[in-house]
Amino acid sequence: MSTKKEKPALPHPHDELLRTDRIPHIWCTGCGIGTVFGCVLSAIQKLEIPLDDVAMVSGIGCSGRMAGYLKLDSFHTTHGRAIPFATGLKLARPQSRVIVASGDGDLLAIGGNHFIHAARRNMDLTVICVNNFNYGMTGGQLGPSTPFGARTTTSASGCSEEPFNFCALAAACGAVYVARWTSLHIRRLTSSITEAMNKRGFSFVEVLTPCPTSFGRHNKMRKPLELLKFYHERAVIRNNIDPKEATLDFKKNLVVGKFVDIERPTFLDNYQLMVRGGLGDWPNLEPRSAGEESSRQECLLP
Amino acid sequence: MNGDEACCEGAIAAGCRFFGGYPITPATEVAERMSRRLPEVGGIYIQMEDEMASMAAILGASWGGMKAMTSTSGPGFSLMMENLGLGYCTETPCVVCDVQRAGPSTGLPTLVAQGDMMQARWGAHGHYETIAVAPASPQEMFDFTVRAFNLSEQYRLPVLIMADEVVGHMNERVVIPPEDQIQVKNRKKPKKTADQYLPYHPDPDGVAPMANFGDGFRMHVTGLTHDERGYPVMDAATQEQMVARLVNKIRDHADQIMSYDAVAMDDAEVAVVAYGISARSARRAVAEARSRGLRAGLIKLNTVWPFPEKMIRDLAGRVRAMIMPELNLGQMVLEVERAAAGRCLVRLVSHAGGTIIRPATILQALESARKEA
Repeated sequence: MSTKKEKPALPHPHDELLRTDRIPHIWCTGCGIGTVFGCVLSAIQKLEIPLDDVAMVSGIGCSGRMAGYLKLDSFHTTHGRAIPFATGLKLARPQSRVIVASGDGDLLAIGGNHFIHAARRNMDLTVICVNNFNYGMTGGQLGPSTPFGARTTTSASGCSEEPFNFCALAAACGAVYVARWTSLHIRRLTSSITEAMNKRGFSFVEVLTPCPTSFGRHNKMRKPLELLKFYHERAVIRNNIDPKEATLDFKKNLVVGKFVDIERPTFLDNYQLMVRGGLGDWPNLEPRSAGEESSRQECLLP
Repeated sequence: MNGDEACCEGAIAAGCRFFGGYPITPATEVAERMSRRLPEVGGIYIQMEDEMASMAAILGASWGGMKAMTSTSGPGFSLMMENLGLGYCTETPCVVCDVQRAGPSTGLPTLVAQGDMMQARWGAHGHYETIAVAPASPQEMFDFTVRAFNLSEQYRLPVLIMADEVVGHMNERVVIPPEDQIQVKNRKKPKKTADQYLPYHPDPDGVAPMANFGDGFRMHVTGLTHDERGYPVMDAATQEQMVARLVNKIRDHADQIMSYDAVAMDDAEVAVVAYGISARSARRAVAEARSRGLRAGLIKLNTVWPFPEKMIRDLAGRVRAMIMPELNLGQMVLEVERAAAGRCLVRLVSHAGGTIIRPATILQALESARKEA
């Protein structure tokens, strides 16, 4: 008897964007990455942009495997280096939309320095951070997001470090779009990813996801449904608040929402301005002549 | 102009339009000139937050379709090893210029050495082959940088320019030929349609045509062990196939890649084998030796990796002794000894860096080797 499943009669709406020859994927039962990935695919489809102009870059870890399942130009780089790789890619081909999709440890521990500088430069990237509160692929070690006191394989008696608030960090570094959702907020997450991809500049979407296999196992939440319920009960939407106040208090509530949506010239806007001699003389930075003023205006237009 | 500046002009002449860098003595002048020159030719200069980022950015830019480069020195070169490995594994054309200074660690930031030669060969983890050129003058900084880009595009890999502080900072006349006299090579593009294209299926020359991001091929590129589709495959057979190809595409073309100058070698009994700045001291020493009636010659290695094994082996059968001057306590000399395989005397003339090797020291070594051999 063959165990091969028959091909379903109707294709899945995401099939055109999936490397279906690489399915089944590596993610565990109850993992939230697949849901996030599905939201990214829906967002790409919603945008109705030429698909050859979209690329995904990811780093290392469970979330870093997203790039490998996307049937577009996709790059699976080294641990922590997705953002600088994406920076080069974007600058060499500015007409493209470059998505960086990776995990919390990859983007904000080993890749933390790249993250803050890309945000400072307002590099035109859409960064999607799957936050599962630990290093899942290696069995569940503490990371920059591990809640104080949570158990991991390298904090068996509880994590003695305080975690980052990624959204507050991104905003402080200059991100022009910052949002946080859980992987249960499928519609809101999809529309945030769409907005982020349409945004010119450094946009950041954090997604809280369950990791029953690694994080849950060490914290008495081994069952996928338990973790999902936990997020469902505690998630509170508070749009437009200062992301510093968007705290993750696992005893009370997990604040989600869209926190930042502002305009700021991108790296390339200012680079082109500089090339045209339009930056003026520091510190006054007033355009030197009327001609230069008009070029500055023109360059700052989206 | 100085060697660092000549390197920039060579890069631009070869078509480089992206530079991701981080300042470091004695390579800073490369970044400085690139920051001024690239905007003039429609290129991009970006100063990254560190050398890991610089290396990652040039790989990204190369996949975006721009010829890309970075420059650094010892400490930064160490930081680049991680993503150099990604470049070898994903077969990404790009150029890295290492203007060597004395190490280990911070060492002597402003003073010359040639201590990164083995790091250039083996610095990234795992097994791979690399190509490295070793300029000995500002003119060669220009010429060899053009060649480094051409080799990187032809064989799809990061190519290293192993310069040093003296060559980088030395001011000399540099002749830049007219544009139409500079040979520029570009990566092979796929001739197949997107559904037939296998990103890592090599042509008979061992090199696969390369699609850029946005060309419509929708490929996957990974630093994991991958098959011809570019898909990760975690088994020993795929690993063997991939690594063998990375290695053989260079080994099979070693003769075409290798370049050296032979000076006064026709009747030489004793040969100096040298590269980079030490080859200039050697040239003077050989001229002086000849004037004293000693039949000395010079083999100046223009490419150091892949090591010109066959040429040195043949040479070892023709001369009585080989002298290698280098600014480390013995790196490339190990390769010379290996290739010579005991067929002639091999002598190292060296110190750990900080100043060049004087011609008189090499001359002395030539004279005593002639007596010994």
